[in-house]
Amino acid sequence: MGEPSRRGNAVLVAATYLTVLAVLVLPVVLVMVEALRAGLGAAWRSLLDPDALSAIRLTLLVTLVATIVNTAGGIMAAWLVTKYRFRGRGVLVALIELPISVSPVIAGLVWLLLFGRQGWWGDWLDRHHIQIAFATPGIVLATLFVTFPYVARTLMPFMEQQGREAEEAAFLLGAGFWRTLWRVTLPDARWALLSGILLTTARAIGEFGAVSVVSGHIPGLTETMPLHIETLYNGYQTVAAFTMAALLALIAMATVLLRSFLEHDFRKGSS
Amino acid sequence: MSVQIRSLTRHAPKASRKLLNDVSLTIEDGAFVALVGPSGAGKTTLLRTIAGLDGPYEGSVLVDGQVLAGRPMRERRIGFVFQNYALFRHMTVARNISFGLDVLPRGARPDRGTIAARVAELLELIQLPTLGGAYPDQLSGGQRQRVALARALATKPGLLLLDEPFGALDPIVRRQIRRWLRGLHDQLGLTTVLVTHDHEEALEVADRLVVMQDGRIVQDAAAETLDAAPATPFVMEFLGEALAFAGRVTHGRFLPDDPNVLSFPVGAGDGPATALLRPHEVRLVAAGGTAHATPLAGGQGGLRRLAVALGAREVEILVLPERLGAAGTEGLGLDIGRARLFRDGVPLAGALVAPAGHALPRVTGVG
Repeated sequence: MGEPSRRGNAVLVAATYLTVLAVLVLPVVLVMVEALRAGLGAAWRSLLDPDALSAIRLTLLVTLVATIVNTAGGIMAAWLVTKYRFRGRGVLVALIELPISVSPVIAGLVWLLLFGRQGWWGDWLDRHHIQIAFATPGIVLATLFVTFPYVARTLMPFMEQQGREAEEAAFLLGAGFWRTLWRVTLPDARWALLSGILLTTARAIGEFGAVSVVSGHIPGLTETMPLHIETLYNGYQTVAAFTMAALLALIAMATVLLRSFLEHDFRKGSS
Repeated sequence: MSVQIRSLTRHAPKASRKLLNDVSLTIEDGAFVALVGPSGAGKTTLLRTIAGLDGPYEGSVLVDGQVLAGRPMRERRIGFVFQNYALFRHMTVARNISFGLDVLPRGARPDRGTIAARVAELLELIQLPTLGGAYPDQLSGGQRQRVALARALATKPGLLLLDEPFGALDPIVRRQIRRWLRGLHDQLGLTTVLVTHDHEEALEVADRLVVMQDGRIVQDAAAETLDAAPATPFVMEFLGEALAFAGRVTHGRFLPDDPNVLSFPVGAGDGPATALLRPHEVRLVAAGGTAHATPLAGGQGGLRRLAVALGAREVEILVLPERLGAAGTEGLGLDIGRARLFRDGVPLAGALVAPAGHALPRVTGVG
C-alpha cells in the first residue's frame, strides 16, 4: 500500500472516530452531565422516589421475563429453522424477523386491539377480572413481541454453519433430544447464545414504543424506566429524568460492552 | 453382527426421485464390506439408513435378524464415523470419546474410574495416548479421524459404519489409517461397512465390494470376481481404466469393427457386442494390421505406456518394458482376446475369461 492511501486511511479512521464520538458518546456524556447538575446527592435522592423505584422494579421484572421466555423461544425457533427443511420454513424465518421491521407502536396497538377493554377479548377478560392492557401482563407481552428476534437471529447463522452432523453423532451415541441440545448444540453455540441474550436484555430494558401504548402511563404502577423518564421530563423534573436516563444508559452500555467483549473472545477462540 | 436389507427404497424429500431403488444386501457377521460408486449413487444414504438416520423408507433393514427402528440407540450397538468426523468442538478428546458412555442412563453407566480407564485404553488403541486433554481444533486430520473412530468404538459396537472416512486425508496418512483400520476390524471382530468413492481404497481394505449406481446395487462380489467378470460396462470402467471395442459376434467369433483389432473365438450367439479390457491386457501382434505404436512418457506399476494409432482412433495401452518394441512399431494388430464381452449392458455368456495363471500384475486406478 502506498503513502497516499495510508494517509487516506488515517483520515477515514479519524472521521469515523469523530462521528462515533459526536453521535454515540456525546449524548451519553451530556445525559450524565445533566443528571449531576444538582450534585450527586440530588441525583441519588431522585432515584429513591417511590415511583422511580417502582419503574426500576417493573423494568427489571419485565426484562427478566422477556429474556427468559425469548431465550427459550429463540433457541427453539433457530434450531427448527436451521436444522430442518419443512414446508413454510421461509415464512417462519420472515415471521421471526417481523418484530424488527414493524414499528413497536404497532406492536403495542395490536395487543390493545386484542386485550383492551374495547378489544376482541376485552369483554371476556373483563368478566373474568383479568387485566392485561394497562397492566404488567400487557407490558410483558409487548416487550416479548419486540425482543423476540434477537436470540433467534444471533443463533441462526451459527446453527446453520454448525450443521446436523454433531447432533446426529450424539444421537447415534445414544443421547436423546434434550441431552443433545443441552450437551452438544448449545455448549457449542454458547457465545452466539450469550450475545443474543444480552442483546435481548438491552432491548427489553430500553423498549419504549410498544410499552408506551399498552401501559397507560400510570406512575408507580405501569411505568417502566423509559416511560418514567418521559413523565419526569414532561413534568420539568430535569435532574430526576436525566438521572434515570443515565442509569438506563449505563446498563445498556454495560450490556453492549459485555457483548462485544464476548464476541471478541469468541472470535479468538474459534480461530 | 449381520445386516439383511430387503427391497429397500427411499425417495428424495419432496421429489419422486429414488435415492435408493429396491436395494437388497446381506452382510455376514465379521465381514468387511465396501460400498463403492460415483457420488450420488446412494452409498451414504444406504449407510445412514442402516444406522437409523433420516426418515421413513420402504422395505426392511434387519440387524442380527431384528428391526432396529424404535429401539434405543444404546441397544443397537452401532458405531458410526462421519465424513467430516463430527467431533464435538467444545469438548476435549477424552470427553468426545467418553460421550457415548456419559449419556448412558444412570443404572447402565459405568462409574467414573471405569470410563476413564476405557478412554485411556481407546487413546492407546488409536495411538494418541497423550492427547486426551486436547481439543479437536488442535489435532491434525488424521488424528481427528482416529478420535472419531475411538468415540464410535467406546460403547463396544458390533457394527461399524464408516462414511468416506479417509476422504480428507493426504495419501500417506490415508494408506496408514486404512491398514490400521483393517487390523482393528480383525482384532475386535467387528462387522464393518465402509463407504468410499475410491475403488482402490475399497480393493485394499475390504473383503467384498458392493458397487452402486443410481440408487441400485450393480454388483456385489469379491474384488477378483469384479475384475474378472464385471456385471456391467459401468463396473468395469469404475474399477479402472478400460478400453472399449465395438463389433459383432458371428459364428462363434467376435469380429471387431476396427480392422486392426484381431477377432477371437467366443461361445456366444450372433449379434452386436462390445469388448472391454484393461490397457495392460492388450497384446500387440506383429504384421497383424496397419496400426503403429509410439512410446509415451510415464507408466504405471512397472508397465510402459504406448499410444497405438488405429487409423480411426488412438488408444493407450500398457506393456511390460521388455516387450516394448518386441512386435515392432509398424504394421501392428491388437489382440484383445482377454476382453469381457457385453451386449446391451449385460455380460455375454461364454465370453472368454483369462485363465488365472496368466494374469499380469493387476493395475487399477487411473485418475
